[in-house]
Amino acid sequence: MKERLIEIFIKSFAWLSGLLLLSAAFVIIGFLLVKGVPTLSLSLIFGDTSPADALLLRRQVLIGLFPAIAGTCLLVLLAVGLATPVGLAAGIYLAEYSRGNLKSFFSLFYDILSGIPSIVIGLFGFSLAISLHHYVKEIYPCLLISALALAFLVLPYLIRTTQFAMESIPSETRLTAPALGATKLQNIAYVLFPKSLPGIASGVILAIGRCAEDTAVIMLTGVVASAGIPGSLLSAYEALPFYIYYISSQYRDAYELQTGYGAAVILLIICACLFLAAFYLKNQLMNRMLYRQ
Amino acid sequence: MKKTTIAETGFLGAAVFSASITAFILIFMLFLGFPLFREGYFFTLLRTPWNPDHGLFGIYPMLTGTLSIVFLSLCWAFPLSLGASVLISVLAPPGFAAFCKKTIQMLTGIPTVIYGFVGVFLLVPFIRELFASGSGMSILSASLMLSMVISPTMIIIFTDTFESLPASYSTAADALGASPVQKLVYVILPYSRRGIFAGLVLSVGRAMGDTLIALMLAGNAVGVPGSILDSARTLTAHIALVIAADFDSIEFKTIFAAGFVLYVLTTFFILLVRIIGGTGMKNR
Repeated sequence: MKERLIEIFIKSFAWLSGLLLLSAAFVIIGFLLVKGVPTLSLSLIFGDTSPADALLLRRQVLIGLFPAIAGTCLLVLLAVGLATPVGLAAGIYLAEYSRGNLKSFFSLFYDILSGIPSIVIGLFGFSLAISLHHYVKEIYPCLLISALALAFLVLPYLIRTTQFAMESIPSETRLTAPALGATKLQNIAYVLFPKSLPGIASGVILAIGRCAEDTAVIMLTGVVASAGIPGSLLSAYEALPFYIYYISSQYRDAYELQTGYGAAVILLIICACLFLAAFYLKNQLMNRMLYRQ
Repeated sequence: MKKTTIAETGFLGAAVFSASITAFILIFMLFLGFPLFREGYFFTLLRTPWNPDHGLFGIYPMLTGTLSIVFLSLCWAFPLSLGASVLISVLAPPGFAAFCKKTIQMLTGIPTVIYGFVGVFLLVPFIRELFASGSGMSILSASLMLSMVISPTMIIIFTDTFESLPASYSTAADALGASPVQKLVYVILPYSRRGIFAGLVLSVGRAMGDTLIALMLAGNAVGVPGSILDSARTLTAHIALVIAADFDSIEFKTIFAAGFVLYVLTTFFILLVRIIGGTGMKNR
């Protein structure tokens, strides 16, 4: 009898917690979509400037989300562009060259790096900027510093996904090219690396998503509420997630609040698309497509 | 031959560079906050309140703020995540379980700032109405939203652990006539102890490192919180709020102390996970 009661209790608790979490998630997303989707329009993004003029940078967009979206895109491109080569190279080293103690020593450092709160990485970026400012007067917290700090933030993800993708290649595939006389580097370049591309690509996409959504790092390293399109790597810039944060505390009227909802929906859509792309890459067997002669 | 050497040096260089960032972050914080770490002043900071007008720059209130928000959010998130992962891996019919798992995976991709935004305009007014006191910006609001942020990751680690149960254990339990719940209590949970603990520790680190939720929802008051309806400030939010101060002031230097505490705590959690060696981190 007691057993039976415990069984019923465990079952109902599991169902209750599962449904509670799911419904909370649907309430959060639903609330945002109901409030945000009606605000989506071209004027939300471009204000009263014509889209063609804005995209060709002929006229500045003053009251739209365009500068924030452009800022986020530039930031993501720079950060992922900086982090990917280093991350892939380090991942290859970890998977193919390091063994034993050295390997666990390196992976300990990457694990610690991936656990460091993003605000502390931001603080590091900020410190870097003020230290460099002593030598080069033009350097303040800016687009370049933010991209650098974000690159540090996503490095461990890139290294680990690369390493994991390469290590999970079966040994039949791994040994074929060396058996035919290929060197270790040839084996990596022509067999192991192409074979692990889908895994690596999904890691890169997740890194893009992480850069696009992060707010804590950029808050400390140069994002501002209104700057227009950044003119150079050393200028301040706007970004979508910071705009959302800024509006939530500083909105002045109902219209500004509406743009906040709009920005949140746009960010949500961007992140959902990136996430689905990563998911798709992971699940599809893209090896054959990428590895066709 | 030469090409090989260049490439291999490049790989090694990238690995060393990436690892050195971890060390550089610590060195920078120690160096820039240097005056604080002399003569035990750092430990005084951990015990004193924050009142810059009276020359008090202690981070004790932020420490209690962080600990209370993290603890409370785990009180919500841990039982719920455990329940939900049991539902996904053991109890739910396969179709519904797959649906739940997909949804949970999607949730890990939602930006934190969006949780914060919805929290400001949905949860905070709700808490304010419900308890009819204060602004609604409180430890309670922040911990509820934070639990939504950390639950998906926790559920994924838990279900991965549950599903790594060797098939022979599962078959043995089935052969003895165990019901799904009996199998859970006597086979799956004892087997997954390490994984569950590892997932819990990783979530503590994540909750502690989160900035936006506490910054947007906890109200950022600098006092030591007395109840869960009080406003509080976390270490992370403190860094974000003080950054605008003058570079050379003591006030500014204290954010390096806050950063140092966060660095040390999260490193400790990572080491703990490696020592327990839960399935969540194994060989990854």
